[in-house]
Amino acid sequence: MIALLRRDLTLAVRAGGGFGLGLAFFLIVVILVPFGVGPERELLTQIAPGILWVAALLAALLSLDRIFALDWEDGALALLATSPLPLEGVALIKAVAHWLTTGLPLAFAAPALGFFLNLTPEGYVPLFWSVLIGTPALSMIGTFGAALTVGLRRGGLLLSLLVLPLYVPTLIFGAEVARRGAEGLAYSTPLILLAGITAGSLALLPIASAAALRVNLR
Amino acid sequence: MTLTVTNLSVARGPVTVLQGLSFSVEPGQALILRGPNGVGKTTLLRTLAGLQPAHGGTMSIPDAAAYASHADGVKSALTVSENLAFWAEVHGTRLSNDVLETFDIADLSERITGTLSAGQKRRVGLARLGVMDAKVLFLDEPTVSLDAFSVKMFATFLRDQHLAKGGIAVIATHIDLGLDAPELDLTPFVAKPGTGDSPDEAFL
Repeated sequence: MIALLRRDLTLAVRAGGGFGLGLAFFLIVVILVPFGVGPERELLTQIAPGILWVAALLAALLSLDRIFALDWEDGALALLATSPLPLEGVALIKAVAHWLTTGLPLAFAAPALGFFLNLTPEGYVPLFWSVLIGTPALSMIGTFGAALTVGLRRGGLLLSLLVLPLYVPTLIFGAEVARRGAEGLAYSTPLILLAGITAGSLALLPIASAAALRVNLR
Repeated sequence: MTLTVTNLSVARGPVTVLQGLSFSVEPGQALILRGPNGVGKTTLLRTLAGLQPAHGGTMSIPDAAAYASHADGVKSALTVSENLAFWAEVHGTRLSNDVLETFDIADLSERITGTLSAGQKRRVGLARLGVMDAKVLFLDEPTVSLDAFSVKMFATFLRDQHLAKGGIAVIATHIDLGLDAPELDLTPFVAKPGTGDSPDEAFL
């Protein structure tokens, strides 16, 4: 399993890998929003947590279809399925690799880019925690969606449609943590609920993803 | 330790392609599957490898099996040795130089796989079988895009390093590998249209 994680991370940073794709998209969206909204600092402060979270969510969505599609195309997925690794473990490792290359960089980038959106000083720490704790759920749910749509030509649209509704709870609680933090309110309740969604996704969705993969590999 | 298949039927999607298939392969033996394109060789091998459920009948596979399809699962962004070391680690073995020598890829081992020719890439894909050291091999057209020399090399590997050690191989191929192995023509087992109701039929 460690070998698979190491291989996926190596592939992500090699030429043609997906590392940086989500991060670059996030950077572009957050930098463009102030141009679109206009230079009203109060307005930017107000919308900063929501914009940062929506941008992070879309950035995570961007690289989802790569999770299984590349291994499917070159046959590696069938070989992994016949290897001693359990498919549940493969799905979990795929999600972890996606998070390490997308979610984790976003957690560090979001507070840094909060500056562009005039985020209040109290907002940086809760924003960091909310993205750090919320993005594993995004990666895991996305892996499930990718497992459902693997092998479909142009499955990207279907993948987005399947995954976006499942992303909504994470978005609500994640943005709520960031908003409350930015306004200086207590934010532990939404943070705990966010952690609950992440923990539940990590516990259940590898099993669902493996079942979806088995059906698609037939 | 014998691979036994009894009255097996296999299906591709909702369509039963082969039925009433029975054979057994002793340790140290290979079985060559013959038959025209589309007869169901790949479907049979995928079923044996456990990628899809059998539609009917029983099969007993004595040991962990390795499956090799048309697609090698070779990552073009990794070097040859990185590719093979990954599969070695997944299967709990080590990548030794002997395997690289056997498949004549020792001098390619630090090359990025994407820069290799189709035949060289295929040899890397086949070297995976040497790395995995599985007792049972299910090979689907292993010699595609190999030159005559490489075909011979692969046949030697199968005979001397796999079958000689008591391994089992089921191979679908159109060419003569030069192995002393029984052949099974799948044509008589082709399912008649409309026979056997499919488990998925209710959903289609």
